Amino acid sequence: MPAPDAFLDVRDLRIHFPTDDGLVKSVDGLNFSLQRGKTLGIVGESGSGKSVTSLGILGLHNKRNARVSGQILLDGTDIVGADPEHVRKMRGRRMAMIFQDPLSAMHPYYTVGHQIVEAYRVHNNVSKSVAKKHAIDLLGRVGIPQPDRRVDDYPHQFSGGMRQRAMIAMALSCDPELLIADEPTTALDVTVQAQILDLMRDLQQEFNSALIIITHDLGVVAELADDVLVMYGGKCIEYGSAVTIFEEPEHPYTWGLLGSMPRLDRGVTNRLMPIKGTPPSLINVPSGCAFHPRCTYEPQTGGRGTTEVPELVESGRGHLVRCHLPVAERKRIWQEQVRPKLEAGS
Amino acid sequence: MTESIAREGVAAQTPSAAQTPNKEALLSVTGLQKHFPITKGLLKRQVAAVKAVDGIDFEVYKGETLGLVGESGCGKSTTGRLITRLAEPTAGKITFDGSDITHLKTGAMRPFRRDMQMIFQDPFSSLNPRHTVGAIVGAPFHIQGVKTEHGVKRAVQDLLKLVGLNPEHYNRYPHEFSGGQRQRIGIARTLALKPKLIVADEPVSALDVSIQAQVVNLLEDLQEELGLTYVVIAHDLSVVRHISDRVAVMYLGKIVEVADRESLYANPRHPYTVALMSAVPVPNPRRRESNQRERVLLTGDVPSPIDPPSGCRFRTRCWKAQEICATTEPPLVVREGDSPDHATACHFPVADNEEVAGRGQAA
Repeated sequence: MPAPDAFLDVRDLRIHFPTDDGLVKSVDGLNFSLQRGKTLGIVGESGSGKSVTSLGILGLHNKRNARVSGQILLDGTDIVGADPEHVRKMRGRRMAMIFQDPLSAMHPYYTVGHQIVEAYRVHNNVSKSVAKKHAIDLLGRVGIPQPDRRVDDYPHQFSGGMRQRAMIAMALSCDPELLIADEPTTALDVTVQAQILDLMRDLQQEFNSALIIITHDLGVVAELADDVLVMYGGKCIEYGSAVTIFEEPEHPYTWGLLGSMPRLDRGVTNRLMPIKGTPPSLINVPSGCAFHPRCTYEPQTGGRGTTEVPELVESGRGHLVRCHLPVAERKRIWQEQVRPKLEAGS
Repeated sequence: MTESIAREGVAAQTPSAAQTPNKEALLSVTGLQKHFPITKGLLKRQVAAVKAVDGIDFEVYKGETLGLVGESGCGKSTTGRLITRLAEPTAGKITFDGSDITHLKTGAMRPFRRDMQMIFQDPFSSLNPRHTVGAIVGAPFHIQGVKTEHGVKRAVQDLLKLVGLNPEHYNRYPHEFSGGQRQRIGIARTLALKPKLIVADEPVSALDVSIQAQVVNLLEDLQEELGLTYVVIAHDLSVVRHISDRVAVMYLGKIVEVADRESLYANPRHPYTVALMSAVPVPNPRRRESNQRERVLLTGDVPSPIDPPSGCRFRTRCWKAQEICATTEPPLVVREGDSPDHATACHFPVADNEEVAGRGQAA
């Protein structure tokens, strides 16, 4: 997975939080890399460590309550252990984030324009009027009508979709090379979601930035991502191209996610195939494979599932899977058992 | 030719008739309205009203699931609160199981509360954190003064078992459970008095994907086992299609289209329904390009329900809108050639295989 020319290279990233109840291993040994102009989708349920990872890449974890180790190389510069002041200078200019809830991510006391101008002027030595022109230009580019008037509006005067557009404008204000979108459309209606996804795709092509999209919605991932990383219990359990993950997934958890989701592009199935149980607590992560208590195929591992943590092993070109089942067996189960059930309705 | 059309017409009618052999309405709603007044000044003079629900008619048949979809602010949740009489309707009539319940007072409404219950969206705020699971699920028995054969505790434990929870968790508090388990507790409480109608307002949208599927399956099992009737309110079109027998699509306080699920999803007639469905992301990366091409892009936002557009409310964003749309409101009627369950409120309904992609109009 690590590529020599990667723009972002994350190596053995661990983010642990000591708490009164024990050590919370939110991210536990994560590796991935990303090139300019490419999109990585990180998928997982709540508590899988996907948002903690994104905050880690931005260097937003406080040293007092988080233990971060490993390497996050952004164009060769390691963010882990770097001087906070240095990371601060990179944040906003080289990397930026689009948050899930634009209403709470924006300051209600300041106008939308003021907030874009502020971010721009921190990194660029320009006058207020120049910065404001830039803000108006950005608001127009993300599709806000009459940007020269709306720039002086407060966040509450914007609708949900417009607020998310303004958030994107803010994130793009310094032409960042890495853009992280954490559940960017979860709070939006479907028709607005479609607009925002189209906008993000167009802007990425225009700016040629690297994009990480974090979501629990496999539909959104399929719309945007080139590569997909599936997280469970703080670890990557499957990694591959979007086509591989959707057409030849090999991890039982990925099968479960696909089986849990009713799909409009297929006929109606009588029953969904949920994953039994609930996501694990990150304080007491199950021994061995973190997924074993919920896995239907655990008995076939001959007890290794409960004792031994499986390695992330390459099973095809650029396709990595963390599972004890033999590769041939996984391919057989997918082909003979899981896929026919998923496609039963079509 | 004529013969084949006639035969098709018959064929279109038979399946729906077979699905609901005795279409007996459990709930019927006519002309239902809810206007929230906007007041001004010292005398609280009413200056305008938010027309959250503005004249809707529908029926819910015994044993079926009616899905209510729409985007935020379309009035679907208000509709749910009106039919359970948690909100007072401004106008219209609600008939439940043969009785008019439109304007019943709290006391007169109480006997009906046994028969209609609600499942709420957020399993964190809908359970009292100071009460044990036993107290929460047992509350309906105490409030309604229902005697149970083996005592309330036993009844509660049976309910917990029914929804897939451990009956030994009787004395635990809500915070000890995960989101999915809490939603099950809420469902157990809903089922306590064996209701006839359950209104579920976004029952799974606050849950993780794998848990959503568990709860959807549970709702379906319970329906089969207990013969329940559901009204499911949701914004997720794929969940609604999975769970519903019939689906009603709402836009700005009106029902724009209602049909049995096969007919609605295969042949959506209202331009809004078409746009809504095409916006749902499809989990198939190979179809990404074609999706983008086939997508109907709606521009702008939903207009304000304080001052909705004249005539058809969707006309400001509709690519088929003409003069008549601004002057005459289209009635919700069955169009020629559609199945008798499929009603559309549109002057220019979308035909089969009509080219619609990429359309949409600036607001």
